[in-house]
Amino acid sequence: MEYLNTIFQEIYKILFLLVPVLVSVAMIVWLDRRVWAFVQKRQGPNVVGPFGLLQSLADALKYIFKEIIIPASSNKVIFILAPIVTMTLALIAWAVIPFGENQVLANINVGILYIFAVSSLGVYGIIMGGWASNSKYPFLGAIRSAAQMVSYEVSIGIIIINVLLCVGSLNLSDIVVAQQEMWFVIPLFPMFVIFFISSLAETNRPPFDLPEAEAELVAGYQTEYSGMMYAMFWLGEYANILLMCALGSILFLGGWLSPIDLYPFNLIPGAIWLIFKILLLFILFALVKAVVPRYRYDQLMRLGWKIFLPISLIYVVLTASYLFYFNLLPTV
Amino acid sequence: MIAHAIFFYVFSLIAIVSAIMVTVSKNTVHSVFFLILDFISISCLFIMVGAEFLGMIMLIVYVGAVAVLFLFVVMMLNVAQQTNQWLLSQDSSGHIPIGLIISALIFFELIIVIGGWKYKPDIFISNNLSISNEISNTHSLGQILYTDYIHIFQISGMILLIAMIGAIVLTFRQREGVKKQSYIKQISRERSEGVEVLEVPSNKGVKIND
Repeated sequence: MEYLNTIFQEIYKILFLLVPVLVSVAMIVWLDRRVWAFVQKRQGPNVVGPFGLLQSLADALKYIFKEIIIPASSNKVIFILAPIVTMTLALIAWAVIPFGENQVLANINVGILYIFAVSSLGVYGIIMGGWASNSKYPFLGAIRSAAQMVSYEVSIGIIIINVLLCVGSLNLSDIVVAQQEMWFVIPLFPMFVIFFISSLAETNRPPFDLPEAEAELVAGYQTEYSGMMYAMFWLGEYANILLMCALGSILFLGGWLSPIDLYPFNLIPGAIWLIFKILLLFILFALVKAVVPRYRYDQLMRLGWKIFLPISLIYVVLTASYLFYFNLLPTV
Repeated sequence: MIAHAIFFYVFSLIAIVSAIMVTVSKNTVHSVFFLILDFISISCLFIMVGAEFLGMIMLIVYVGAVAVLFLFVVMMLNVAQQTNQWLLSQDSSGHIPIGLIISALIFFELIIVIGGWKYKPDIFISNNLSISNEISNTHSLGQILYTDYIHIFQISGMILLIAMIGAIVLTFRQREGVKKQSYIKQISRERSEGVEVLEVPSNKGVKIND
């Protein structure tokens, strides 16, 4: 009986995390389109509901009622598994994101490695979808995105090492607590910029959206998908974007900490600050989408391997030697 | 503890079944997917025994990078369409004895190695494992790796670096006649060298040296 009780409690906690994440994914799609439209002096979705807020809901309903078409020559099991994998991986990473002191579903010691592992698994959804479709454009898109995500993960990993050098722990809550004095965005500002650009590439956002470059590859790995399966890819993609924004705000922008540690700001709960920071980063993501033209593939690879990787490696050496010289290395 | 045992057996069962499926399944791409499932369940087993760092690194390195390259190669070679018919066909039955001999050799080698290994006397009593609750797995691993085994660690790093350089040297070739974009050239171009104003005599035109 006690056992069942714990299980129900955990399920309740998980639902309390997952439902807001899914709702905010829907809202964030609306926000993305509105920001995009704002930059281009258009209206954007503004018909369904107040300010068009319910547009994503209407889209989701439309996707649910559409027929799911499975190509005859596709590998059916993997074809169906691909969107499920994408969606699951995008959601399970949220388990370790801390929304406040002790407000975290799983406070594991290797939280940052867990997120890194889950996001490196994210490439499988795309490869599986692209291969199982048994069609040219999806396959090309899948190959592109696999190479792209593997390359940019390397620089993200090294940027994370920079932060870990200053913290001395792999626990996400410890990383936030270590920023009480100063957010890491100040000493590690170049790393923050590179992290932001790499996370654009990691989530296949413009200007790095080559896997789904509509002018060349129709829709990349999503070409053969329809109905709810397409919607799952799409939800997974946006959940991943939100996750990268959350990771960026935890690593560099102080997570749930308030920017000013004074009386009226202290009262606001940490979760609100975190959501505020995630939104800030997401609006940056959306602005970049509206402003920057798409990269060419060789330029993308050059940026990842020849520029970001050396810079972040040099910065690791600099950070380590600075911390060592001034005796600032965190004690275990 | 019962839940722990159930999870342990579930993960080990998945690991064993998927390991068998890697060799048995007819489609090569399916084999790689089963290999990935095997890696994942083994890293789950690592996490269950308390080696969380190893489990995560296993996920990141093997599943996130190595298996992606496997999958790449298998998909690009287009072996997915080949079916493993040669085991059953008549003309290639000569492979089976050779394969059996080689696998028997490897099996005996493994038995010799594992049988001759000196184990700690209390290997089967898991309570005596030197895992302390005060210091996390990652910290203790780092403390051992960077103090007692630093030379071995650095030498293995050097070996990997040499292997990487070797692979690049072996496959790298300078191709002739390929137009490459030079960013520095593009940025440092100025009007004086890029544009030339010519008087064009009518009815004659000018010759442009390309």
